[in-house]
Amino acid sequence: MTGRELDVEAIRADFAILSRTVRDERPLVYLDSGATSQKPRQVLDAEREFYERHNAAVHRGAHQLAEEATDAYENARATIAAFVGASAEEVVFTKNATEAVNLVAYAMSNAATAGEEFARLAVGPGDEVVVTEMEHHANLVPWQELCKRTGATLRWFGVTDEGRLDLSDIGDLVNERTRLVALTHQSNVLGTVNPVREIAARAREVGALVLLDGAQSVPHMPVDVAELDADFLVFSGHKMLGPNGIGVLWGRRELLEAMPPFISGGSMIGVVHMDHSTWAEPPQRFEAGVPMAPQAVGLAAACDYLNAIGMENVAAHEHALVEYALKHVGSIEGVRIIGPADAESRGGAVSFTVEGIHPHDVGQVLDDRGVAVRVGHHCAWPLHRRFSAVATTRASFYLYNSFADVDALVEGVREAQRFFGVVRS
Amino acid sequence: MKLDAMYQEIILDHYRNPHHKGLREPFDAESHHINPTCGDEVTLRVALTPSGSGLDGTATVADVSYDSMGCSISQASASVMTELLIGRTVDEGLAVLDEFTALMQSKGQGEPDEDVLEDAVAFAGVSQYPARIKCALLAWMAWKDATAKSLATEKEGAA
Repeated sequence: MTGRELDVEAIRADFAILSRTVRDERPLVYLDSGATSQKPRQVLDAEREFYERHNAAVHRGAHQLAEEATDAYENARATIAAFVGASAEEVVFTKNATEAVNLVAYAMSNAATAGEEFARLAVGPGDEVVVTEMEHHANLVPWQELCKRTGATLRWFGVTDEGRLDLSDIGDLVNERTRLVALTHQSNVLGTVNPVREIAARAREVGALVLLDGAQSVPHMPVDVAELDADFLVFSGHKMLGPNGIGVLWGRRELLEAMPPFISGGSMIGVVHMDHSTWAEPPQRFEAGVPMAPQAVGLAAACDYLNAIGMENVAAHEHALVEYALKHVGSIEGVRIIGPADAESRGGAVSFTVEGIHPHDVGQVLDDRGVAVRVGHHCAWPLHRRFSAVATTRASFYLYNSFADVDALVEGVREAQRFFGVVRS
Repeated sequence: MKLDAMYQEIILDHYRNPHHKGLREPFDAESHHINPTCGDEVTLRVALTPSGSGLDGTATVADVSYDSMGCSISQASASVMTELLIGRTVDEGLAVLDEFTALMQSKGQGEPDEDVLEDAVAFAGVSQYPARIKCALLAWMAWKDATAKSLATEKEGAA
């Protein structure tokens, strides 16, 4: 399968939305998959079929539909786990990646009051949590809050001018006081793919855990949890062709077993009395309430869809698009790429500023031409501050994007420059 | 092209040559507003001249000065706003704000009163783009806040 060039036209035919027009009959050029991806018919069909044939509350009831729904839900878990090289009992479904991060952060603070058996993950004054300056707010604010609740200290890796992690002080930053290193696998702004194994190796030396934010990597490249040597991996379904409302926490089994629950209620219990309760084993311990079975089924269908194409091929296609975009967007006069200038260890997000034009205005001109990009700080405000940018324009690619989409972006940026009079037309 | 409806010449003129920009003394209160979705910021100062009845809604807006960074819509809106407010009473200014807010929420269907809004009628096109309404209102919200602070200071002083 490897090395096969993507048949983008055939892929696009699976995504009905990509053939619609926007803003006065302009063909849609969707370059905002970093925010959310579009969904192929196969995913929508899987979700619809679940509702039409098997819908019932899972892990409850003994009727036939309840059995079928539970099977569909648990089979989906197995498919999704296999997609990242994990086993099913190590996969917890959450609302999204953000909730998955919070699940771990709250488990760590709840550990302080959960009894001896759960003290392993407790943090307090003198302990340190390490993040990076390129984190999405979703993998930054929960750790700030954890430190606030527990008295632990937050520290972080800086980012170099080239948009890579500055690992020069790794020996000091990750030390015997470090309890957890939380970092993004691939930056949602810079596109940078971080050297996870190197950081994980240092974390191992000092006994720290590693949580990886895979929201931007799992949808776009082959990810294998064993290979990465992380302890936790979080990602979101909606960024990888799946439905909204489902995210994933993968955690090493012995860690999940050592974690008290984040959200409590129905079906996460062992035994319930009026004055106390015990908890179920993972993953059910972390899945209180009726879970999102249709979304799990849809996400499993998305994994099947991506597997059929091959994640190596998806990654290679996006790599080619990024190279092309860096060359053609980057060579426009007045454009400054925020992030690595070369496509090495770099995923499909290209953020940039255009001299003399605010990103909102760039985005408006692009939108007027049917080109959908993201503008703003992309939930990475400290990173933008690091590059002295209030905001950026970000184009992000996926398997359904073509070189023509990049051409439309380039032409749109040039049009914005003409419109706002920052270049001689 | 729809762009021209949004980026009217008046808006682009104010964007390129903003009026009353820069922070000045004296002032009664200052307010700092940020649009959390895009990071655009404005720091705005209000100086009021009390009327016979003291510092209340009948006070005159003597000066509105500001420092800001943001998109063309937010910058132009701040500039147009200062033109509309300076020299008016606080109550009159708040009435203009109400009119402008109504226009912004009109989804492109508003019929702005040019006698009240003057250059600000140019922002009618912005109301068709929900994502940009906050840009147009950023400075206005900062002015409302700074004005409320100015009046509160007076009340505290009186009590």
